[in-house]
Amino acid sequence: MTPRIAIQEAPFDLGAESARLTAGRTDVGGLASFVGLCRADDGLAAMVLEHYPGMTERAIDRIAQEAAGRWPLLGCTVIHRVGRLPPGAPIVLVLTASSHRAAALESCAFLIDWLKTGAPFWKREEWADGTARWVEAKAEDDAATARWAPA
Amino acid sequence: MRVLYFAWVRQRVGMAEEEVAPPETVRDVAGLIAWLSARSPGHASAFANPRTIRAAVNQDFAGPDHPVAANDEIAFFPPVTGG
Repeated sequence: MTPRIAIQEAPFDLGAESARLTAGRTDVGGLASFVGLCRADDGLAAMVLEHYPGMTERAIDRIAQEAAGRWPLLGCTVIHRVGRLPPGAPIVLVLTASSHRAAALESCAFLIDWLKTGAPFWKREEWADGTARWVEAKAEDDAATARWAPA
Repeated sequence: MRVLYFAWVRQRVGMAEEEVAPPETVRDVAGLIAWLSARSPGHASAFANPRTIRAAVNQDFAGPDHPVAANDEIAFFPPVTGG
């Protein structure tokens, strides 16, 4: 299983990406997807996403390989957008395919939890009044990642 | 040694990357932070609270006692906020 990983400014197409994971095969019994969107908190004009080219892809690939080691994945896609995104815009897509639903659903949740704390992206919020501020890391994101640690 | 800065660390330092040649006494990430802090008021401001800084050595996350060497690519940035 070779994960498809893309960092891009352009939007992604959930339908096309889903078809890409299942086209020409009949062994996929479950395809799970997560789409993260730019939430329009009061007065937010745009979210600007920055990343560390090279390290980002490496970090996501490592996380995807970890997922493939824990669940019997038949396919995995992670697409993360960067640049300036307006409220409502899709930011991140995680797709996982497996023979059965539990593996697809669990690995999809694992991947998005890990993406939040283990891949080098940074968000800056731009407000309608012209101010901007860097989003701070959240303790609950660390907790969400920690729940996947081996017991 | 190539040093990269991201997010507000980049804004405070005032540049995205620089080539530096610290003395041999600089052996690890913490030592490099201390040495870089003395380079300019911007550096000092960026590294004023090292607990808020994360680092990567050759594109892998690295702690304060991770060794650094002349040909390494070292990056400093705030805790990540993607997803």
